[in-house]
Amino acid sequence: MAESTHNNCEGLLGSLSDYIDGELGAELCRQIEKHIAECEDCRIVVDTTRKTIDLVHASNDPQTGLPDDVRSRLFKRLNLDDYLKPSAK
Amino acid sequence: MVETISQEISLEALRNGDRAEFAKLVDAYSAPIYRLGLRMLGNEQDAEDVLQNAFISALTHLPNFEGRSSVLTWLYRIAVNEALMILRRGKPEINIDDTESNDEIDNIHPTQFVDWGALPEDELLSAEGKQALDHAIQNLPENLRMVFLLRDIQDLSIKDTADTLNLTEANVKVRLLRARLMLREQLSYYYGERMKKEKSNG
Repeated sequence: MAESTHNNCEGLLGSLSDYIDGELGAELCRQIEKHIAECEDCRIVVDTTRKTIDLVHASNDPQTGLPDDVRSRLFKRLNLDDYLKPSAK
Repeated sequence: MVETISQEISLEALRNGDRAEFAKLVDAYSAPIYRLGLRMLGNEQDAEDVLQNAFISALTHLPNFEGRSSVLTWLYRIAVNEALMILRRGKPEINIDDTESNDEIDNIHPTQFVDWGALPEDELLSAEGKQALDHAIQNLPENLRMVFLLRDIQDLSIKDTADTLNLTEANVKVRLLRARLMLREQLSYYYGERMKKEKSNG
């Protein structure tokens, strides 16, 4: 049998998301790491895909609250005006 | 964080029509729902419509909510449906259940091999860089974008993303991979051009 399912770039692509998300088993991780140590294109694809996801997270600030006017209109639409005290953001 | 908030809200009180509890629910979850609407629809007015319609719908359907998913997942599902209704007004052909074209790992082979991952963070996250990223996300096909937004931006698990969109976990994984690779291609092209320009400027 061939050495592994990750001895080519095709196999790596199929496991890329799981690898980046840390959801791949140790043996498959080892095979991917072996492959990217030898294949520069795949190393770049892994690094830049990971970076793409990092950038998405970094540019998405979950602390951004709801604009006050949007919140105020929402509460009015839901007939919750009497609970419309300042939000604790 | 989400779990802590959901534990503080009593489902029983919500089902019994407790308005104070519903106001708490609105304050806990309106910001992520609004952000999802903004990302899905790209403008503030439509995002506000999604937000209002989603909570009105939630209020109506609360008595039937069985609590099998988390409240947030349930609200996301309502909001996604509201957003799809708005999207389909302009583009009736949108179908996120389309399994024909997007659920196979074909035609996702990378073509850009620019090594931009080592660029300094402040360059990657410059105003222009963020704009390129937003543009790339908006350019994703609708059925990939939904999965990407829920999983990588709203931070839902694969299972919750699948539940929200009524897809299988396998579908979600393939679409997520396609979305990530498509974004990577677009960003590679963008940063590749920037690196070329910087090189030629000396």
